[in-house]
Amino acid sequence: MAHLLELKGITQKYGRGDRRFTAVDNVSLAIDEGEFVALLGPSGCGKSTLLRIITGLNQPVEGQVLYRGQPLRGVNPHATIVFQTFALFPWLTVQQNVEVALKARGVPPNLRTVRAIDLLDMVGLDGFETAFPRELSGGMRQKVGFARAMAVEPELLCLDEAFSALDVLSAESLRGELLELWQSGSIPTKAILMVTHNIEEAVFMADRVIVMDKQPGRVIADQKIDLPHPRQRKSPRFLEVLDRVYATLAGQTQPEYVEMGTAPGEAGVTRALPDVSIGELSGLLEFLNDMPANRTDVYRLEQELNLSTDDVLELTEAAELLGFATIAKGDIMLTPLGETFAEASILARKEIFASRIRRLPLFKWLLAMLKAADKGRLDRDVIRLALELEFLPEDAARQVEIAIQWGRYAELLAYDDNTETLYQETGTAVAA
Amino acid sequence: MNFFSGIFKVQQPAQRAFGWADAAVIAIVVVLLYVGVRLAFDTPAAIEGPSISLKPEVLPYYAIRSVGRMAAAYALSLVFALVYGRVAAYHRRAEQIMMPLLDVLQSVPILSFLPVVLLSLSAVLPQSIAAELASIVLIFTSQAWNLVFVWYQSLTTIPNELNEASAIFRFNTWMRFRTVELPFAAIGLIWNSMMSWAGGWFFLMAAEIFTVGERDFRLLGLGAYLHHAADQSDYGAIAWGIGALVLVIVLLDQLVWRPLLAWSDRFSLEMVENDNPPTSWFYDLLQRAHVARWLDRRVRQPLLEAIDALLVRPGGAQSVPLERRASRPWLTYLLILPVGAGIIYGLEQAGEMLVHVPAAQWSAIATGVGATLLRVLTALLVALGWTIPVGVLIGTNPAIAAILQPLVQIAASVPATALFPVLLLVLLQVPGGLNIAAVVLMLMGTQWYLLFNVIAGAAAIPEDLRFTSTLLHLSRWERWRTLILPALFPYIITGAITASGGAWNASIVAEYFQLGGESHQVTGVGALIASATAEGDFRLLLAATLSMILTVVLINRLFWRRLYRRAEEQFRME
Repeated sequence: MAHLLELKGITQKYGRGDRRFTAVDNVSLAIDEGEFVALLGPSGCGKSTLLRIITGLNQPVEGQVLYRGQPLRGVNPHATIVFQTFALFPWLTVQQNVEVALKARGVPPNLRTVRAIDLLDMVGLDGFETAFPRELSGGMRQKVGFARAMAVEPELLCLDEAFSALDVLSAESLRGELLELWQSGSIPTKAILMVTHNIEEAVFMADRVIVMDKQPGRVIADQKIDLPHPRQRKSPRFLEVLDRVYATLAGQTQPEYVEMGTAPGEAGVTRALPDVSIGELSGLLEFLNDMPANRTDVYRLEQELNLSTDDVLELTEAAELLGFATIAKGDIMLTPLGETFAEASILARKEIFASRIRRLPLFKWLLAMLKAADKGRLDRDVIRLALELEFLPEDAARQVEIAIQWGRYAELLAYDDNTETLYQETGTAVAA
Repeated sequence: MNFFSGIFKVQQPAQRAFGWADAAVIAIVVVLLYVGVRLAFDTPAAIEGPSISLKPEVLPYYAIRSVGRMAAAYALSLVFALVYGRVAAYHRRAEQIMMPLLDVLQSVPILSFLPVVLLSLSAVLPQSIAAELASIVLIFTSQAWNLVFVWYQSLTTIPNELNEASAIFRFNTWMRFRTVELPFAAIGLIWNSMMSWAGGWFFLMAAEIFTVGERDFRLLGLGAYLHHAADQSDYGAIAWGIGALVLVIVLLDQLVWRPLLAWSDRFSLEMVENDNPPTSWFYDLLQRAHVARWLDRRVRQPLLEAIDALLVRPGGAQSVPLERRASRPWLTYLLILPVGAGIIYGLEQAGEMLVHVPAAQWSAIATGVGATLLRVLTALLVALGWTIPVGVLIGTNPAIAAILQPLVQIAASVPATALFPVLLLVLLQVPGGLNIAAVVLMLMGTQWYLLFNVIAGAAAIPEDLRFTSTLLHLSRWERWRTLILPALFPYIITGAITASGGAWNASIVAEYFQLGGESHQVTGVGALIASATAEGDFRLLLAATLSMILTVVLINRLFWRRLYRRAEEQFRME
């Protein structure tokens, strides 16, 4: 029998000509009836793009989506999405929000109302039928989102970071309720595909975790999670699986030349600067410095430092890229350099940081450009446009921001916000 | 300050340099004018106006005629806006032509078209229909553009999640229009409809009272009533007329716009409750009335349901493409070719006509443009002089705002053109009164834009900055210099752009007028256009109208645009 859903060599690219970026690179996978699959990865790995391709919202540039063996054309009528931001219509009441999905399918009014009320009962929203979304808490809004998705009786239920905009307690109770509905078979859903960047959530809920990484977005692991439900977050077996999944994601250390990348405009891929602030990075190194043997499990950082999975991955990546830490088998360990940094004075830290970022091809290129520029000054937009050859426009803009932040801290460059120009730090900085 | 923030939601369109699109648009405008002037050659030399009664009992009928014209033009504007905006928003290629076109059209002084439109329409249509149609066209051109902009802007800013939700739940075009697009744009559309009506009154009155020489284009309505009353120096009738006009405006505000605003609060995208939502006693009354609820349940809902049933077919739901379509290029070229050829031919003919304008007339036009420019500047300076202090007072002081705001709103909606004949009666007695009257009319038509903008700007100054300036013991002058004026700057510029456009517009009716059988005029390009209409000098009419349009568009592009950009970049507090 054919798979419920099958992806064959899906590739998605944005932009045109020289400025073409691969968001998803040659992804093939299959999902069968009865599966609860989590699609996991850091932000920018293309998992949301993939979800939009799977549901038919977007068309891939290459590859094929098969649903029950048939090529998918247009939006998949058997799939639906529960959105991170709920995507409720603010001008419709709770009940109308559910009914509108049925109306679009031509369900007559009486039937519509009955089904909407049934579903709202099921998710525990009876009594709120005439409320407007703005009157509800985030958790209740997402329940409406679930009720609306269930209303069209989807075979494939897709969750796009459905719990990440909720507070901790609401998210936890909603997860439990979804698992209960799914496992009791009281909904006609045949499979669930959950996109998330939260590793713990993926391990807690799914039977199978597909791990993606970025640059370019690709699948790097596909693991079964065979822990029995209900899963205990503190149990040694749960933590072991968590550690294993983290190990696939953090510390994907590649050969040095791949890891460092090339300068913008040169052949090869330019390594993006990790999106972290100096304060966060220092905080991480100081934390590690206080740990026994200067090491800890990566997954622990999330709870200990109160960070999201995304932040943890960006931070550990930055620490590793700059040579302050090494990551192996889901453990992060401070290097001697990282230890020196953590114990250094403010000025010494700046010097260490400067010496480290000078090595990065993107920074080398930027400093060389500044040196060659007239009066050592460059328009911010010039740099952004040059970086757009390597990154998507909004990412390029972000990269400029990060470079300015890091460069200012390291006192390698200065920036004037009024004129939006970067210039070389001459060493005789005038107090502003 | 809901009222003001609502109005100024519409941004200026994306800043562009003077490009090929502008040139194309101006070419089209030139050709249209030329065609109008060509037609005007056949206009009868004398046109008899309607006989206007000054009895108070005709006022309800006249009011209905006036409101009817407004309603017809508004309906036309709304339909036009919905279609034009949607096409521009969803077809990238069309957008590239349609938005610059709109941008130039809205900076063209519409009243300068009035003589050409009136003359050309009366050449081809029976007089009664021509004048009606001309007034509707004129009002339409004053109402449509901002509606198009706000609709287009709404469509292009619908949150992606709502687009995706409507696609994944398989909304067809109708469902999407009714469930997503229209509700999302509702508040902006309603605010801009209010603005459109306020602006429309100004042009309606101008169209209703337009007479030049032997050609009387007046239309039965409130404007004509007031004009005739001033003509006859009948002060009783003037009072009746103004009273009726204010009453109509207040009624429309209370029975139509306020309820609509109160109702539209539900379309606010804010996920928190509005602290002080717009209220309306009439809306509350309707909500409680059994009749209204019965109508809603028995008529409105079944009707909507029937329309839905008709337009939403099971299985017929198609996915809505999220990416904006690029339309077929060959279709565009096929359209562009004949249109382009027509434009080039028209341009050549217009050029031919312009070549025959004597040098003396060109120099008169140049003088006229200069004189009108001086008047516009004077009006602008006077307006700035009083609106900045008063606007800051209202904007920073909720207690005063509560008292003055409704008054200002009513005052602002009374069209200056309606009061103008009355004003003239007084000012004609004063030496230099004609010039003063012209400036005062420009001022009356435009100062409100400035005032509203200043109020919005003052209300947007963050409270913590105001406290800080108090804590720093800044002197009054220092406070104005470091906080208030920089904060107001973008708002003043926005207001001044609209105000100066309005002032140019008003020059046509401000610089030349007939009262008590006599015509009065001052030196100015507006007067030139009007007198050329009176004398049937169509070459001069074309030359003067074109000169005025070009002047205004150039001033906008070269002066206001740059200031606006500077203001946006340096002084926006966001």
